[in-house]
Amino acid sequence: MRCFSLALVVLLLPLAGCEEEGVLRPGANDHETLQQALLAAQPGDVIQLGEGTFRLQRGLSLTVSRVTLRGRGPQATVLSFRGQTEGSQGLLVKADEFLLEDLGVEDTAGDAVKVEGGKGVTFRRVRVEWTRGPSPDNGAYGLYPVQCERVLIEDCAVSGASDAGIYVGQSDTIIVRRNRAERNVAGIEIENSKNADVHDNILTGNTGGILVFDLPGLQVKGGRHVRVYNNQVHDNNEDNFAPPGNIVGQVPRGTGMFVMANDHVEVFGNTLRNNRTVSLAVISYLVTGLPIEDPAYDPYPESIYIHDNTFEGGGDSPDPTRQLSLAIGIYLRPIPDVIYDGLVDPKKLREGRLPDELRLCIRNNRRIGGTFGFANIDAANLPSGMPRISRDLGPHDCAHPPLSAVSIPGVGP
Amino acid sequence: MTRLARGVLLVGGVLSVVAGCGADGPGPEVCRDVRTGPPCTKLSGFGLFRRPEAQEPAEGVWPFEPNSALFSDYTLKYRFLYLPPGTQAQYSEDEGFALPEGTILAKTFAYPLDARRPTEGIRLLETRLLIHRPEGWVALPYVWDEAQQDAVLRPVGTTIDVSWIHTDGQRREINYVVPNTNQCKECHEDSRKVLGTIGVKARHLNRDYPYPWGSENQLAAWTRLGLLRGAPPPEAAPRLPVWDDPRTGSQEQRARAWLEINCAHCHSPTGSARTSGLDLLYAQQRGYDIGVCKPPVAAGRGSGGRRYNIVPGRPDESILVFRIESTVPDIMMPETGRRLPHTEGIALVRAWIESMPGTCP
Repeated sequence: MRCFSLALVVLLLPLAGCEEEGVLRPGANDHETLQQALLAAQPGDVIQLGEGTFRLQRGLSLTVSRVTLRGRGPQATVLSFRGQTEGSQGLLVKADEFLLEDLGVEDTAGDAVKVEGGKGVTFRRVRVEWTRGPSPDNGAYGLYPVQCERVLIEDCAVSGASDAGIYVGQSDTIIVRRNRAERNVAGIEIENSKNADVHDNILTGNTGGILVFDLPGLQVKGGRHVRVYNNQVHDNNEDNFAPPGNIVGQVPRGTGMFVMANDHVEVFGNTLRNNRTVSLAVISYLVTGLPIEDPAYDPYPESIYIHDNTFEGGGDSPDPTRQLSLAIGIYLRPIPDVIYDGLVDPKKLREGRLPDELRLCIRNNRRIGGTFGFANIDAANLPSGMPRISRDLGPHDCAHPPLSAVSIPGVGP
Repeated sequence: MTRLARGVLLVGGVLSVVAGCGADGPGPEVCRDVRTGPPCTKLSGFGLFRRPEAQEPAEGVWPFEPNSALFSDYTLKYRFLYLPPGTQAQYSEDEGFALPEGTILAKTFAYPLDARRPTEGIRLLETRLLIHRPEGWVALPYVWDEAQQDAVLRPVGTTIDVSWIHTDGQRREINYVVPNTNQCKECHEDSRKVLGTIGVKARHLNRDYPYPWGSENQLAAWTRLGLLRGAPPPEAAPRLPVWDDPRTGSQEQRARAWLEINCAHCHSPTGSARTSGLDLLYAQQRGYDIGVCKPPVAAGRGSGGRRYNIVPGRPDESILVFRIESTVPDIMMPETGRRLPHTEGIALVRAWIESMPGTCP
C-alpha cells in the first residue's frame, strides 16, 4: 500500500499542529489550512473555525454540497482578506445546502461571499465589513447568492459594499430578515428574483436602503412576488460611492426604497425616516435611460401594493448629482413620500388605463408630523418639460390580495 | 483518527475510491486504470511520458494543439490525449467530443529558460490532468519537482516563483499560481455542475500538427489512427482562426477566437459567468450578447467607470478592454489563470473594437 500511505503523508503534512480536535485555528498558512479543509470536506461535514483572525491573500472556494462553515462569532472569528492578491471573491461557493455562520469576513478585494447556483443557502450571524469605510475600491457585494434557490439570510451585518451589502440575484424563494446593512451603496438588493420576504431589517447610512430591481439582459428575469415589510429604513444619505457604470451608481444618496420594474411587490409596515432624496419610489427601468435590447424584458412595475407604512422627514434635499433624483424631484419640494413615474405598458391599457390587477395601489400609509404625500411625476412628459404631475391618490386607492409568505422547509418564523 | 484527519484522508477519497493500489506501488499499469484506482500521488505513476523533461509522450499518448490557446502568462503548454486501448472519441460538430471512461487529458505548463530559444531548455511547472471516471471528470494538479523528474499531486495548488527571459530579451519574474482542484472547476464546470473538457472540440482541433511522421490535420490523424469516429473531412468541420495568424481569419474573426478561448469557458449560456448575460462564444451573433452597448450587471469596480462592455470604435471606453488589461484580482479577466496581461491579444481586441462601426446611446 505504498500509494496509500504516501497520500496520507503528503496530504496530512500541512495540518500538523491542530490542538483542539476538528477546530481550525489561525496559523502560518491560513489559506492552505482553510482551502485544504474545503477541498477535503464531505457532504454533511461541519468545518469549525476557532477564534482569531485568519489572514488570507487568496480567495477560497467550496464545491462540496451540505457543508457548514462555522466560526465562534461574527467578531471572534475573522477571515481577513486585507491585501488579497488573487481571487475575485473572498469565498466562492458552488454547492447546495451551504451554511455559513458565526464569523466575520473583512476587506475582500471583490465580493465577500458569492454562492452560485446553490439550492439551499443560509447565512446566519455573518459580519461582512470593509474596514476603511465607504470607498469605490471596496468589493461590490457582501453576501451574494446568485441563481440560487431557497436562500435564508438572517442576523447578518454588512457594511462598506460598493454595490449592495446583501444582494440576492436571479434567485427563487428567499428570506432576508433581521439583518443590519450600513454604509453600503445599497443596503439590500433583490434583483431579478421571485418569492422573496425581506423583513425586520435595519438599513441605515447607505446610499439607498432597499432596492427591488428587475434588469434586462440576464438569463433569469421577471422579478416578482416580493414582500418588503417591517423594515427600519432611515438616514440613508451616504454619497453614492459605486464605481461609475454600475446600475446602483444611478441611485441618489438619500433613497429609502426603490421598486423598479418588478411585478407583484407588497411593501407594508415599514418605517422610512429621513431619507433625503425620496422615501419610496416606484419606477420603470425606462427612467434609467439605458438601452433595452431584450425583447423578453418587461420594464414596467405592475401590481405593486404599498400600505400601512410610516414615513417621517425625508425628500427635503435630493441628491443633485444623480440624473434619477432630478427626474424624480425637479418640480417638487419637498419630494412626497411615495413617487411613481407613471409609465405604463401601452399594450396593457384597457380604455386608456391599466386593468385593476396591474395598478399601483397605495393605502393607509401615514406620515409623522404631516400628511402622507404622493406624486405621479408623469415621466413620459418630463423630456418635453411639461409633465402633468398629479398628487391625486384617487387612482391608486385600491388593494391587491396579500402576497403569500415565503416558506423554506425547515425554517421557522 | 480526528475528524479532520478523516476529512483529509478523504481528499484522496474525493478524487478516487480508496482501493486498488497495488502492493508493488504505483506503476504505469496500475495507475492507468484510472477508473477505479486512487489518484496516483506521483505523475510518473500514469506512465504518460517517455522523457518527461522533454515532454516526450509514451506510446499511445497523443500530443495535440488548439488553433487558439488560452493565455497563461506566456507559459509553454504541452497537451496530450490518452484513450484506453480499443476505445474512441465520438466526434461532435459543436460540443466537446464524447470521450470514454478512462480517458486522460494532460496539459503541462512550462517556461522556456529563454523565450527566444524555446527549444533550448524549459522548466516544467505543473501538469494538470482531467481523468474521465465513472462518476465524471476529475481534475488533478501535479507540481514538478526541482529535478524535473516527476510531479507530485497537490489538490490544494501552490505558488511558484519563476523567472525567464522573455521574447524581448528582458528577464521576467512571476509568482506563478498552480490552481487548486476547485479552481479547475471554475473553468471546466458547467451550470449543471458537470466537469468537462474545453479544448477537445472540432473547431479548436481542426488544424495541422507536426507529428513525427510529418504534418497532418489532427482530426484526420485521429480518425486514421482509430482515436476518433464520426468526423467529416477537415474541410467540412468547423475551424476557429489562429488568433495571431492573419492567414487564418479576419481581424474580427481572430479577436472573437481569442475571446472564445480566453473567456467563453465562463462567459457562455452554460458557463459560470452566465449570470452576467455576456456570451463570448465564437458562434454568438448578437452584438448585445457579446457586450456591444451592454451595461454591466455585477461588475463592481470591474466597470472601471465605463458604461458599456464594448463601445464601438472606443476601446478605452469599453469595460471588456479594461478588464483584460487589469491585473487587480477583482477586476482582471479571466479571474484565474493569469497574473500578466496578454499584450498581444489585447492589441488584437483593441484593434477590432476600434474598427467596429456604430455608437452606444
